[in-house]
Amino acid sequence: MRNAVGAVDSVLLLGGRSEIGLAIVERLVRDGARKVVLAARGAEEPDRITASAERLRAAGAAEVRPLDFDAARPGTHADVIDAAAKLVGDLDIVIDAFGVLGEQTVFEADPVAAADAATATFTGHVSAGLAVAARLKEQGHGILVVLSSVAGVRVRRANFVYGAAKAGLDGFAQGLGDALHETGARVMIVRPGYVPTQMSAHVSAAPFPATAEQVADAVAAGLRTGSEIVWVPRKLRFVFAGLRLLPRAVWRRMPR
Amino acid sequence: MRRQRRLLTGWGRTAPTAATVARPRTTEEVALLLREAGRREGTRRRGAIARGLGRSYGDAAQCAGGLVVDCADLAPGYRIDPESSTVTASSGTSLADLMEHLVEHGYFVPVTPGTRHVTVGGAISADIHGKNHHVDSSFGAHVRSLTLVTPDGAERRIGPDRDPDLFWATVGGMGMTGVITEATFGIIPVETAGVRVDTDRTPDLDSTLAVMSETDDHYHYTVCWIDLLARGRAMGRGVLTRAHHAQVTDLPPRRRRAPLRYTPRTVAGAPLRVPPRLLNTWSVRAFNTAYYARAPKRARGQIHELSSFFHPLDAVRDWNRMYGPHGLVQYQFVVPFGEEPTLRRIVARLASAGAPSFLAVLKRFGEGTPAPLSFPCPGWTLALDLPADLPGLARLLRSFDEQVLAAGGRLYLAKDSRAEPAVVHAMYPRLGEWRRVRQSVDPEGVLVSDLARRLEL
Repeated sequence: MRNAVGAVDSVLLLGGRSEIGLAIVERLVRDGARKVVLAARGAEEPDRITASAERLRAAGAAEVRPLDFDAARPGTHADVIDAAAKLVGDLDIVIDAFGVLGEQTVFEADPVAAADAATATFTGHVSAGLAVAARLKEQGHGILVVLSSVAGVRVRRANFVYGAAKAGLDGFAQGLGDALHETGARVMIVRPGYVPTQMSAHVSAAPFPATAEQVADAVAAGLRTGSEIVWVPRKLRFVFAGLRLLPRAVWRRMPR
Repeated sequence: MRRQRRLLTGWGRTAPTAATVARPRTTEEVALLLREAGRREGTRRRGAIARGLGRSYGDAAQCAGGLVVDCADLAPGYRIDPESSTVTASSGTSLADLMEHLVEHGYFVPVTPGTRHVTVGGAISADIHGKNHHVDSSFGAHVRSLTLVTPDGAERRIGPDRDPDLFWATVGGMGMTGVITEATFGIIPVETAGVRVDTDRTPDLDSTLAVMSETDDHYHYTVCWIDLLARGRAMGRGVLTRAHHAQVTDLPPRRRRAPLRYTPRTVAGAPLRVPPRLLNTWSVRAFNTAYYARAPKRARGQIHELSSFFHPLDAVRDWNRMYGPHGLVQYQFVVPFGEEPTLRRIVARLASAGAPSFLAVLKRFGEGTPAPLSFPCPGWTLALDLPADLPGLARLLRSFDEQVLAAGGRLYLAKDSRAEPAVVHAMYPRLGEWRRVRQSVDPEGVLVSDLARRLEL
């Protein structure tokens, strides 16, 4: 159960290798969470998530359980959520953090790779998100944290496959949040700017970057106050309010 | 029976969860509901818990995804028995309604908390205390018998002399042994609807503690409002009020004609929406300073109305909204006599942190009841409210938990909304004994609240 100051007991991370996702889980563990499920492709094979599990145990987690989860197999998603609930009981927080950034030039040359990436970044979240929502609604409480991105706020020419998938995800999460209104379950959308991680190592840094830890802090603060949308860093909200108004001819030329 | 899926919170308005709320009218309907909740299987098994007026601050009367048995419609009405000085009332009866009738007949409830808007069932389940705890103990001590519907659907009449183990597990048991549907408890005779109050302002914590220790025993009711933002030499200054029920001869001649005229009033309601952080260090300091300055330095024999003395906050309807959209956290602990240094450290820490609490009250507890989960025990209790979104609140309160535990004290479950299971288990060493009794009436764990889930009771 979530308590009055935003601390929770159990966390399910969908995308168990996501650096940002793990930073958020670690923060929640430091704030009191004891039970963690790390769901990722091949997570149940030996030694796949040992390092992350060790890190979370060192932060104070009593239980870290691996769970197989493949974003590209929507038919399995409801079972994955059920399995997670069997492992730790009520899911207090589910962090939806899977996805691939990829490389725009590669996508433009390989439409199939682009569609696969869009599946991982968007459609996989539709089946997983709805399965999570059903579970949270039934238990009468719980928060789904969706890792969106500013890339989806206004899609750019420089990374439009990824941006479009994030735009779809963001819109889906907003609608899901409205659908869950007054059910006890909630959706929190996180819109980070550029975060230097392994996934983003191949792209050059953008203005207003944030670290994974800053994203985790912002999520923790949002949980305390019940925020619905969290921008990291916060000023990106105002930056994008302006960028949204740029003429298309200028926006098209944005370097990245 | 009406059923509705609804979002519920406690009085602190934090951590809402959804449950199906049913309002049974009879004991039979309560039994039906509990049996139904017990029949669900697997993850659909979400449990059930009783709810009264929702005045527990935290999540004690919530059951996420499950069934909440709202006792408000349970056969209203009450019977006063002058022979034994008792009243029998349904568990959903509020003390507010009860008092209106009791006072008119020359009686008063044996114990009242700081609000009259609590139900008889809630008063027993939380084993509430009041300003007379040092002489009269808690509510459970005055209960002669009660009707409890257990998850098997059975209706049991229990009391201190009839199935005492189950009775005392129910007193302070936070609704986890069954749904109370009716109770008979002692009432006290009063001559008037007034109290005769002595007030003293104390300049610092040492004198607050000294005056309370020396004079408590001479009064039926005592309590001290304490200014938790006062720093330096004024740290722990307070306004101490102590009272007896007024006799007819205490009243001014005009009021002697109708000495039992009881006039509780609600003067205003809090606005529906209050901006966050309205109550902050500065606004609360201004309030506290004004409140302290306005109180008489020393007054004797002033006549106050029952309601203004016992329930000053009830004058503002929904005062909990003043804390803004993120709600409030109430923290109440007791430490045994002799552990004054712990109390002093906590008061000093609150003052240095500038924690904006304007409803802090200090009180001396007397003997507790035999109930294993009952909160009061001989010692000092401090209760305070803080905004739930106060930065650093979680860590601050966690450090207090440790100090309270080390001093052999405990937290009040009816007020808790954020403690950790291990800490609470250590604070209530008789938890195992209580669990065994609970296990005997609810082997499948049908009765559960968000509080019980969170604290693993």
